[in-house]
Amino acid sequence: MKIHEYQAKQILSQFGVQIPRGEVADTPSKAREIAEKIGPKVVLKAQVHAGGRGKGGGIKLVNTPEETEKLAQEMIGMTLVTHQTGPEGKLVRRIMVEEALDLDKELYVGIVIDRAKEAPVVMASSEGGVEIEKVAAETPELIFKEYINPATGFQAFQARKLAFKLGLVGNTLKQAVKFILGLYKVFESADASLAEINPLLITKQGNVLALDAKINIDDNALLRHPDIKEMRDFDEEEPLEVEASKYDLNYIKLDGNVGCMVNGAGLAMATMDLIMHTGGKPANFLDVGGGVSEESVKNAFKILVSDKDVKAALINIFGGIVRCDLVASGIVKAAKELDLKVPMVVRLEGTNVELGKKILNESGLSFYSASSMKEAAEKVVPLAQQ
Amino acid sequence: MSILIDETTRVVIQGITGGEGTFHTQRMQEYGTKVVAGVTPGKGGQTHLGAPVFNTVEDAVKEEGANAAAIFVPPFFAADAIMEAADAGVKVVVCITEGIPTFNMIKVKQLLKCKDCSLIGPNTPGVISPGKCKIGIMPGHIHTPGTIGIISRSGTLTYEAVQQVSQQGYGQSSAIGIGGDPIVGLKFIDLLKLFKEDKDTEAVILIGEIGGTAEEEAAEYIKKEFNKPVASFIAGQTAPPGRRMGHAGAIIAGGKGTAKEKMKALEDAGVFVAKSPAEIGAKIKEALS
Repeated sequence: MKIHEYQAKQILSQFGVQIPRGEVADTPSKAREIAEKIGPKVVLKAQVHAGGRGKGGGIKLVNTPEETEKLAQEMIGMTLVTHQTGPEGKLVRRIMVEEALDLDKELYVGIVIDRAKEAPVVMASSEGGVEIEKVAAETPELIFKEYINPATGFQAFQARKLAFKLGLVGNTLKQAVKFILGLYKVFESADASLAEINPLLITKQGNVLALDAKINIDDNALLRHPDIKEMRDFDEEEPLEVEASKYDLNYIKLDGNVGCMVNGAGLAMATMDLIMHTGGKPANFLDVGGGVSEESVKNAFKILVSDKDVKAALINIFGGIVRCDLVASGIVKAAKELDLKVPMVVRLEGTNVELGKKILNESGLSFYSASSMKEAAEKVVPLAQQ
Repeated sequence: MSILIDETTRVVIQGITGGEGTFHTQRMQEYGTKVVAGVTPGKGGQTHLGAPVFNTVEDAVKEEGANAAAIFVPPFFAADAIMEAADAGVKVVVCITEGIPTFNMIKVKQLLKCKDCSLIGPNTPGVISPGKCKIGIMPGHIHTPGTIGIISRSGTLTYEAVQQVSQQGYGQSSAIGIGGDPIVGLKFIDLLKLFKEDKDTEAVILIGEIGGTAEEEAAEYIKKEFNKPVASFIAGQTAPPGRRMGHAGAIIAGGKGTAKEKMKALEDAGVFVAKSPAEIGAKIKEALS
């Protein structure tokens, strides 16, 4: 799960990690109030789940509370387009009003799980303020790493090694060590999958602060973090995806016109790939779960047909243990109830498959049955192009 | 022959009295799996589906000689269940549970380093050696005994592969789902090593997907040391970056873990890579000819 910068900073501050003074505002007058408190010079930052905000006009430096109010008026409600939002952009609903600091250096520190090493890794770089992927590709020698032993946790000497490699000295070095140790505590305590401070700011006075903060949380751990779970911002997500998540369906909207409904994530991805190889474009990823129930099929149909781009759909169910006649009856019942109009190619596999096909063919609905994945894709792609 | 499990394997089911545990234990028994015990803390002394229920895995090992375990317990208790089985000396642990937090699995893997225990999963359909033993939730009847080894990160896509292999006239020596999570027990490379030593396995199918580098590591091993033909398919060629595709581990993060990179690494290692999932059967035939 993604959270906003201001929420990430709330968590950081709970763990004593230094952040600039600032607050979040959803109205221009509130923004002005904050500026009066911490200004007069402040930075306004659009709160959306996307990077590259600066270049897109989502970060502004202002000198007075009056100017803050005026600019906040423009920013709240604007559609921000960055390289991460796609051309449609994201609506800005809130901004952060933060004290403007005298910048000396911009560094980077980030923590992720290294899947190959099966351990968290803390990365630090002198090249802050740019995308770390770019640094990794062009100057990998400028990224320093420390792997965490899960039995002992992150040690102070590891944080010191990183801080020395960043070229820090004196009080700044001490602050940086404390900062990195604190950030790891956040990462572990919050069950994060990513905790990234980019840039990590060194002020002219030598102080160390998180200028930006990005924290992603392991979805599987959210149940033990009710406070963080509350931070989920449904406005930042595709509405159909939010709807699907209420039914426990894994759905991701894509930009093609062939809808898919599949049981199992791997088979669902493979079905999308097959549609592409057959000359079509998948409209979505939709996994109804390994077992298939009438309820899940019905809910999945609701989501599928809410997407107006879907011109035809491929239903690919490899039941195995699940009985195909039951799946077929469920599909027919749901299709009739929802009055489905889009043509559908259904590929069923499992126990009682012939009986399942018979039920589909005799339903009077626009179902086409297929015996293999290949046949299903070859039937559905032309249907979507009609 | 087969790897990991065979007709002599004695299975304990952790969470046997729950809904999922009960349903799939019955399917395993029908398949001929020797379910020798169940474990549900607090229900020790009962009998369920003809198997004695114990309070601890240790008791199941001591009393019934269990040497493999299947785990059907909720996500927040599953890491504990894996560690209990490993601690009791169980050699093969299959964790079906989906949704275990990553940090819990990191700790599990740390413990497993000092135990003689092979973990399959979590978030896996399990492992089957056709005609001998099935530990998991896969449909037994689609499998036939034979000479193809299958290793996969997926569930239903593995069944698809099994069916295509059968349609080409081949059976399977063992088929293993390694699980869809970012941190899992045995990985492609560990299972390739076992298949290398299994004289009845002629060729291997490796079904990967986006996310992580397990496929690339497997490709490197295949290039250097693996002497049997390998066919492969990687799911997620059309997956958008930064999105989790159903499985917790199926995500292209920071531009890394794409299907394209994985397919290239495998092709460079001499693996027969199917571009379309409909060609998996044809590719293994090509690999064997």
